[in-house]
Amino acid sequence: MPTSTSKYQYVANDPDKCVGCQFCEYICSYTKTGEFNTYRSRIRNVRIEPIVVMSIACRTCENAPCVIACPRKALTQSTETGIIKVDKDACDGCGWCIEACDFGAISINPETKMAEICDQCEDVEDGPQCVKWCPKDALTLGTADQFAQKVRKEAVSKLLQELLV
Amino acid sequence: MYGYSGKILHVDLTNRTVRTERKPEDWYRTYIGGVAMAARLCWENIEVGCDPLSPGNPICIANGLFAGTPVPVGGKYGIAAKSPLTGFLGDSMSSSWFTVALKRAGWDGIVIHGASDEWVYVFIDDDRVEFRDASRLLGVDALAAGEVIREELGDDQVRSATIGPAGEKMVLMANVTNDSRQAGRTGHGAVWGSKKLKAVSVRGTHGVRVADPDALLKLCFDITEAAQGPYTQKYRILGTVSNVLNMNRLGLLPTRNYQQGVFEDAELVSGEYLHEHHKAKTLACAQCPIACEQMSRVTDGPYAGAIAGVEYESLYAVAPNCGLNDMRAAIKVIEVCDKGGMDTMSTGVTISWAMETFERGIFTKEDFKCAKYPEGFEPYFGNGEAAVTLAEMIRDREGIGDLLAQGTKRASAQVDAERGTETYKWAMHIKGLECPGYDARGLKTFALGLAVSTRGACHNRTAAYDPDIQGEVDRFSVDETRGELAKDTEEYAAVYDTLPLCKFIRRCFTGKADRAGAWPSIAKLINATTGWNFGYDDVDLIGERAHTIKKAFNIREGWTRKDDHLPYRWMHEPMKEGASAGHVVSEEELEYMKDLYYKAKGWTKDGLIPKEKLIALGMEDVAEEIGV
Repeated sequence: MPTSTSKYQYVANDPDKCVGCQFCEYICSYTKTGEFNTYRSRIRNVRIEPIVVMSIACRTCENAPCVIACPRKALTQSTETGIIKVDKDACDGCGWCIEACDFGAISINPETKMAEICDQCEDVEDGPQCVKWCPKDALTLGTADQFAQKVRKEAVSKLLQELLV
Repeated sequence: MYGYSGKILHVDLTNRTVRTERKPEDWYRTYIGGVAMAARLCWENIEVGCDPLSPGNPICIANGLFAGTPVPVGGKYGIAAKSPLTGFLGDSMSSSWFTVALKRAGWDGIVIHGASDEWVYVFIDDDRVEFRDASRLLGVDALAAGEVIREELGDDQVRSATIGPAGEKMVLMANVTNDSRQAGRTGHGAVWGSKKLKAVSVRGTHGVRVADPDALLKLCFDITEAAQGPYTQKYRILGTVSNVLNMNRLGLLPTRNYQQGVFEDAELVSGEYLHEHHKAKTLACAQCPIACEQMSRVTDGPYAGAIAGVEYESLYAVAPNCGLNDMRAAIKVIEVCDKGGMDTMSTGVTISWAMETFERGIFTKEDFKCAKYPEGFEPYFGNGEAAVTLAEMIRDREGIGDLLAQGTKRASAQVDAERGTETYKWAMHIKGLECPGYDARGLKTFALGLAVSTRGACHNRTAAYDPDIQGEVDRFSVDETRGELAKDTEEYAAVYDTLPLCKFIRRCFTGKADRAGAWPSIAKLINATTGWNFGYDDVDLIGERAHTIKKAFNIREGWTRKDDHLPYRWMHEPMKEGASAGHVVSEEELEYMKDLYYKAKGWTKDGLIPKEKLIALGMEDVAEEIGV
């Protein structure tokens, strides 16, 4: 059964920290295509006037709906990392995966017409470039459980501030 | 060419035709982008001497050189047209995803000619241009229009520059708005309105090519990191509104239409107060790693729900300068301006002129009748609801709003002609553009910078307050250094306005904001983008050329030495109290400083530009037209 819960790492955005500069899109498009073009970014910054802003990339869902939806079996998910790969020969750009994704995290490359999904820069030495570049540290690579741990720790620190030396 | 497409798009609204103009690389080396390129396009395309609201006045838009690249704070464009407020060059700049989209669509700039019979918006879809019916967009506010267009075109990557209801009604202080930022001052929105142009929308799908992307990225990464440190702390935490208390301490905070430089309730309208009580979110402009826009919200009282980005230059104008100590009303006035698509500074200063005129008994309650208050209202200083209502009336040109929509210069002239009064004595403008948030009586170098500015009373085009405030010179007196200082600071600012880069990044290159600290790094950014070989001197020349083309434009439109003036109040009424008490800029001081300035610029005593000076700057064709 499709589910959006992930045990894998993914790039998460803290909307409180995000200021909407779109550096993540610039650096993603450059890393993946060699040019600066937000149309080619696999992480997308969404802004809703006047003050809502947030970036979204693939959240590596378990039993990913996009993988299940693909009629040509072009999408496969690594059981180790959760990263979803697109088989260039099999994908015909039908967009079914895009409709299946609850987060709008998949785009069609306007030139090749094939689906493109965040792969956490797995072939880049220092990991996801958007995380490295984000000027406000609003992007983090981690698992949902790690994010929860971090938030718990912060909450407890605040609650018991007087005990922290 | 790298960094440029080499193409300017010409759009004719009268005939609904388009054409492409190709520019040689030398032209780009001379005018670079932003304000200078927009001014140059205006020089080339205007019908000299035209009415600013006639079809002969072109709208000229020029990308930033760094738009669409990761160069921090480089997502800016310049826009120029003859200003309906000043009658001289109106040049503005705005951060915007609009310019990023335009760059990706393959255009370095746009010139919009003529005027349309019907309301229209222009959709630039890469190299295809479409004239689209804008009747559905009429009355849509300036912040919402971009989203309505995105929905109509079905693509959330479409970016627009639009006007609001004020621009539609040709309110002379109307702005052009994009992604909730404004190309402000000088009335561009009115020029768009005169052409029945509601918006220019762009979809650009191509990547931006630069000469050495890896080198550029390395430079950008370091600047981005530096921009998270102490050099930008003031902007990141409180934003520009931190100036309120600083200016108050210096006795320079415009209060009650510049009658005072100290506001007794400054704490209540300070950046600190705003941060503590109203902050909703910090936002960044296009490709900016600093993020200084303090989005502020009203949660209680009659203006609950109002939300606006609050900058110092908006706040001084609508709060202390209108005597308001209620931050909630101030945020509401700014929201009315932003949604209406109006300049907050000119609107605030025009309202404060009306308030003073009322307090002096020239205007009465009767003069302020409107649909909301059929019996009229009393716009005394400190009346927040009056300020809100007047902003709405200006936006709609309702009642007395029709008079005020012309700005202080024209409104005071009209009242004085009709009633035999002398309201011009408190009309706070230079060349027709309302004054900024620093009382120049206590900043003598800045007073010169403002008086000679090609744009009118603008704090962005001259940085001459810097030597005054930093204590490099005595801010209360004049001496022989001031001409040189005014020249240096305006040309320094012009470099940033032309690339354009936001000046808030100025210390992030090396820690030092001066030329020696910034120009070598800026040269590297230019070279990695374009493949050119710019050095310190080339960067420095950008500023002088930018300023010269703007000045040349004004000379051709009839500028004379007497146009470099200051408001009557700053020259005749000494400041009453505070750290700048007793000071005024005398006629003698101003004329002395103007002599020094023209000399420093290498101009004649009349402020005209010698032919050889223009030729040395690579502006032979300009020399032929206006050189002496």
